[in-house]
Amino acid sequence: MILPDFKPILFDGACRKGEWTLERYLAKDGYQAFRKVLAMKRDPATNSIPALIDEVQKSGLRGRGGAGFSTGRKWSFVDFKSPKPRYLVANFDESEPGTCKDRVIGMYNPHMLIEGCLIAMHAVGIEWGYIYIRGEFADVFERLTRACAEACQAGFLGPNVLGSGHGFHLQPHRGSGAYVCGEETGLLSSLEGNRGYPKVKPPFPATAGAWGCPTVVNNAGTLASLPHLIRIGAGAYAQIGAAPAVGDTPPSTGSPGSQVYCLSGHVKRPGLYEHPMNVTMRELIYDERFGGGMLDDIPIKAVIPGGSSMPVMRCDGKSYLGSNGREIADSLDMEMSFDAVRAAGSLLGSAAVIVMNERVCMVNALYNLARFYHHESCGQCTPCREGTGWLEKILAKIVSGKARPADFERLHSVATQMSGTTICLLSDSVAMPVGSFVTKFREEFKYYCEHGKSMVKDAIRL
Amino acid sequence: MAFTFTDDSRRQLEWLLTRYPEKRAALLPAMRLVEEQQGCVDVEALDCLARELGLPPAYVYGVFTFYTHYRLPTDGKYVVMVCATLPCALRGAQMVFDTFKEELKIGLGETTPDKMFTLKKVECLGSCTTAPVCQINDDFFENLTPQKIREIVEDLKAGRVPRHLSNGPTLDGGKCGYRPMVEAMQDTP
Repeated sequence: MILPDFKPILFDGACRKGEWTLERYLAKDGYQAFRKVLAMKRDPATNSIPALIDEVQKSGLRGRGGAGFSTGRKWSFVDFKSPKPRYLVANFDESEPGTCKDRVIGMYNPHMLIEGCLIAMHAVGIEWGYIYIRGEFADVFERLTRACAEACQAGFLGPNVLGSGHGFHLQPHRGSGAYVCGEETGLLSSLEGNRGYPKVKPPFPATAGAWGCPTVVNNAGTLASLPHLIRIGAGAYAQIGAAPAVGDTPPSTGSPGSQVYCLSGHVKRPGLYEHPMNVTMRELIYDERFGGGMLDDIPIKAVIPGGSSMPVMRCDGKSYLGSNGREIADSLDMEMSFDAVRAAGSLLGSAAVIVMNERVCMVNALYNLARFYHHESCGQCTPCREGTGWLEKILAKIVSGKARPADFERLHSVATQMSGTTICLLSDSVAMPVGSFVTKFREEFKYYCEHGKSMVKDAIRL
Repeated sequence: MAFTFTDDSRRQLEWLLTRYPEKRAALLPAMRLVEEQQGCVDVEALDCLARELGLPPAYVYGVFTFYTHYRLPTDGKYVVMVCATLPCALRGAQMVFDTFKEELKIGLGETTPDKMFTLKKVECLGSCTTAPVCQINDDFFENLTPQKIREIVEDLKAGRVPRHLSNGPTLDGGKCGYRPMVEAMQDTP
């Protein structure tokens, strides 16, 4: 986890016993960034600090939850004219299969997250913030509760924080096992004490979010990045991960800051690796500093670069027929940044890299994912409720060996009809893997339908 | 029997109600209070929550059934939740199921006759880099092997804290609920 050429920021002190306490965090200059920010005065007209919002925007910090949207811009969308109170919600639901980065931050650096929340709250003029933690993470919930208690006692949380006249309150809130609550409006429904049904957008949370009030929803990893950003300044933050300067103009990177790569699947050393976003996929998988190569040296077949909802990439060196009718071969040599992965035809998402070796049957792998999405669909919208069920049924039929060739085509058509037709993105999150699996590993699906068995010899039981 | 809050749970509930602009928002956290107090959430407790929060019982039942992580009255003392989603499946989730079935002599979704163990298949538990994993009540067990699973079951049967516990409230000295915050806020003016 500790890399020789990069000093971890979010994972500073990770996995050391007792490292999470306020005492340890203060010893590492904790809460200094918040003190610096607290000295900035809010604009009385909007009760916010436009200069601070600009600073975060200039740093180029992008949301770590999946969409990679500019954090500063997201804050600037808040309806500052509304007379209603504003809320901050830290999205600690972390439910995308493959992703488990925030958990380590919550366990070992809870005060960094709390400080990040405070910075965001002061910038946008928010008094109450909620940290929505997925139900499975009882340990994270309890540690954040203990850390909030410490912050209360030290005067960082309360009605008049450090004599500034501003009140800041944070409340850890534990969910109870629902993938869809990671979607921001589903999360807000759940926070309000409802079933976790996503809501129609617009209005966006920035206008009408929690309890109908303007709300900032940020990923926990994004918020935890803020103290470091403030400490070193937007200019320096924008340079993290950038290529060396050529001449006088420092290059700007589209994906600044450190990212936590969650490496899972068939690598020798799965784990969480914090690094600027200038590593390539090949380095992540094969370099000794990261994955250390393929497990048991079985060759690689495929990678999902950003959590199970993102399109799969084919890495066995064979090409496939793209939707534009041209032969495409995916490469492992792409940089693991938001823009480079998008350009390569997938998405960085939450940087959860799932590696599969050549003994994985892609039909069974997709069946596993289809079952997951069917289980997690909230059932509000017909295309998703029915579509996820259909996909699971068709795939079950294929893996049971009873499918006909037409079933294979049907997979594609169901997935296509699910895209862009629902309230939230869960439906699209199924359509993307289905579309990419079927396109890129077409011969495996055809073979399974025609022969009633997998094309893969000695396939792993999934 | 009708459910009533203990003084300790009531103190936390009343504090919770001061933390949200609407009473209804305290519903999910209050279900956790119930779960901690009596080990599961049952209909009597849901009726009690409906009264406490001024909500129709049907509404409370509806919310409760949306979520999958609350413990049910039919569950055993230890609920073994085995992750079956892709990252765990790649690293041997099937082996984990097989070993637990063999050790506990029950199938998926079943409870042992002595009501000690319930075995459940669940979707992603959020610990993909340490796959395969399972969660037993609120504790995590990671990088599972058949040997580890046998020892975990052995320890739980003997009433010991399992030696392979990786993460969880038990490692932190037991559950604290909201108590640290309730107390901290009483101490500060």
